[in-house]
Amino acid sequence: MVDRAGPVTKHILDNGLVVLLKEVHTAPVVSWWVLYRVGSRNERTGQTGMSHWVEHMMFKGTDRFPAGALDKAIDREGGMWNAQTSFDYTAYYETMPAGRIQLALEAEADRMMNARFDPDEVESERTVIISERQGSENSPTFWLYEETRAAAFRVHPYHHQIIGDMADLQTMTRDELYAHYRTYYVPNNAIAVAVGDFETNEMLARIEALYGGIPAGSPVPPVTRAEPPQQGERRVRVEREGNASYVYAAYRAPEATHPDWFKLTLLDSMLAGASAPGSSLGNRTSRLYKALVETELATGVGGGLYPSVDPYLFSIVVTARDGRTLEEVQGALDAEIERIVMEGVTQPELDKARKQARALFAYGTESISGQAFWLAFSENFSSYRWYENYLEHLEAVTLEDVHAAARQYLRPSQRTVGWFVPISDGEGENHAQP
Amino acid sequence: MRNHDALPGADDITRVVLPNGIVVLVRENYNARSAVLAGSLNAGSLYESPERAGLASFLASALLRGTRSRDFATIHEMLESNGASLSISGGRHTAGFGGKSLAEDLPMLLDLLADALRNPALPGDQVERLRGQIVTGIKIHEQDTRYVAGHIFRQLVYPPEHPYSRQTDGQIETITAITRDDLLDFHQRHYGPRGMLLVVVGAVDTASVIEWVEDRFGDWNNPDQPGTPDLPDVPAPHSVRAQTRIMSGKSQADIVLGFPGPSRLADDWQAANLANSILGVFGMYGRIGAEVREKRGLAYYSFSRLDGGLGPGSWRVVAGVNPENVDQAVGAIVAELERITGTLVTDEELADNKANFIGRLPLQLESNEGVAASILTMERYGLGLDYLREYAGIIQAVTADEILAAAQRYLDPKAYALAVAGPELPAGDAPAQVGERGD
Repeated sequence: MVDRAGPVTKHILDNGLVVLLKEVHTAPVVSWWVLYRVGSRNERTGQTGMSHWVEHMMFKGTDRFPAGALDKAIDREGGMWNAQTSFDYTAYYETMPAGRIQLALEAEADRMMNARFDPDEVESERTVIISERQGSENSPTFWLYEETRAAAFRVHPYHHQIIGDMADLQTMTRDELYAHYRTYYVPNNAIAVAVGDFETNEMLARIEALYGGIPAGSPVPPVTRAEPPQQGERRVRVEREGNASYVYAAYRAPEATHPDWFKLTLLDSMLAGASAPGSSLGNRTSRLYKALVETELATGVGGGLYPSVDPYLFSIVVTARDGRTLEEVQGALDAEIERIVMEGVTQPELDKARKQARALFAYGTESISGQAFWLAFSENFSSYRWYENYLEHLEAVTLEDVHAAARQYLRPSQRTVGWFVPISDGEGENHAQP
Repeated sequence: MRNHDALPGADDITRVVLPNGIVVLVRENYNARSAVLAGSLNAGSLYESPERAGLASFLASALLRGTRSRDFATIHEMLESNGASLSISGGRHTAGFGGKSLAEDLPMLLDLLADALRNPALPGDQVERLRGQIVTGIKIHEQDTRYVAGHIFRQLVYPPEHPYSRQTDGQIETITAITRDDLLDFHQRHYGPRGMLLVVVGAVDTASVIEWVEDRFGDWNNPDQPGTPDLPDVPAPHSVRAQTRIMSGKSQADIVLGFPGPSRLADDWQAANLANSILGVFGMYGRIGAEVREKRGLAYYSFSRLDGGLGPGSWRVVAGVNPENVDQAVGAIVAELERITGTLVTDEELADNKANFIGRLPLQLESNEGVAASILTMERYGLGLDYLREYAGIIQAVTADEILAAAQRYLDPKAYALAVAGPELPAGDAPAQVGERGD
């Protein structure tokens, strides 16, 4: 392999903006990310969905770039741009042919301060966002996740969906949205990352010229509502129209900076299949696949551990096979969990999980956009070194560590179990028009 | 070392045709540690009967569930313990395959691919397990408004005898009726080297790859492989054909409105492709996005899509809207169809969209997967291996008159297929009225 990548360099501008730069000269492409440390985690009751709505408004224009102008300009240059809102962050990115990256640098600097939040645009976007939520509501599992998460978090804002509650989407005002923007969209609450085909000093000079003059804001309000300890298993039933049954088991998990996080991610890999920065693999040799799918109780199973700022959840989702009951599926799932808690895992399983992680990590670093995302993402909850040292963290985990993590985290008293119970809606009717 | 700006072309893609007909294409890339493979065989749903709808897809999914010398657990342990992946899936014209591994594991990946394609065992218990998964999957799809609208649209736009009118994954009744013998028979008839394409891109030596492929596939023959079946004609709609499916418990209605479109091989493909980009893709969903999403705030998504492919794939506009807004959204879409078929696109639109088509190549070709997909496209449609290098000239040559002609040829604002799936429409927006629109 040809080494065409340099090290990550970290710079902090006088206004507090954190800048991470990494030269990668494998393709004539640069990816530019600006991540704000604000997401649904920062929203209080009555404001749910605000971070996501603000993200939408960032595409509705500034004085310099009116709504739609950048959509066209970026497409014209052969680039792509988008944004994502999560629990812990809101991120914007452009990936461009290398010679065209200046447009992206200028666009993000401009909308860090100058988004218009035109009242008519806010109203027009209200229906778009309500429509986005309604599109999600068409999926049975959306309701299951929403209800189960709400039960798992009584106090911490992880309890509501990123899209927000319909009541808030119907009532939030333009001024509330704008205040959210002005509070959190400040350079001292942002991380900027460039990865790709550029020269570091020259890129840093360009960034300083565009972003250095943006004034720092007040420190952002802290998130104060920590989730109290869970006092026993919680159960949720969602009964809605549908054709398939699902089990969603969500165990309390530590935050990404906790040393146990890496033990749990290996446990996840052995239970439900490998996933790692950037990608995931098939899971047909995982324990839960063998216990649930090969036994024809389920048609699919997946696991997930999200690297979060605050303690979140380790989730297992099972799709019951047609004709099987939720009780049967739950029983088999519980038996398999109990087995790993009682017996631990084997050295070959651990070795395989590590090899899978190495392969996935190698694939993940092949995409310039993917690398930029992971640098910004990990810097938000920890440091970009969390990502750089990901494989070393996994190497340090022992068999006994994994077993101890299973005993500690996979306790029924520390989980919330959601069932999606389909109710029949009849056959549906067709209305034909000749 | 190759300049990293260079587009793939005939001088750095090796193309070899094995004596049995398999076309092998290889491009080395030492910038990454992985190797990817991609390809296809002439064994898609086109070759199945309506009574056995879903057979080609069922078989493709069953191939990696056991071969004569390897059982399910062995195959997937080989893949997963090496961090590799391999999949085979049924499409409309072809069965496609794709895989990825660290470069040193490519021979293993080719071993498994050859074994699965040539020597599947189709163990009875695995077939039954897979059947249950497919049935559950179809039931989940039946609750998905987008999928349901897409399915109804196909039935409206293609005649019932045309294979494009069916979903490739079949229906519960046909999947239930398919026997293991049906699967074996389809494999025996349709899986073979003729028409097979195999592309490898990655940190691998070209000569070695070709040798490995010859080792594993060189002695494969199937003299009974039939040619491509003739497809029935697809007449354009003469009037509005509309159908609405009411689905309870839903919040949003999904709309599909469209026509049979050009194949990728059509002379006016690039003109149609540019028309489609202007209509519903460029700059966050083109004119449709500007009108339906941005200006009127009617939808979370609304864009147009041109399938292309080896036959008359569809050209359609899709949108997800509140049920109260179905009427208004359809009206806005039809108005845009009137505009794109009625007047020349502007010079600015033409220049912008051409710049986009040409300028996005570096992003599309950043990954091994992207390069492999481009090589596969060049080979499948006979575009020549220098196509990417000639591409800018091809796009620049398209005129506004040609775009208008292509739009007029395939799109008709007075005669289209319209499928809607979602919750009950409010009074005054009843399906009968939907059907009258455009008359």
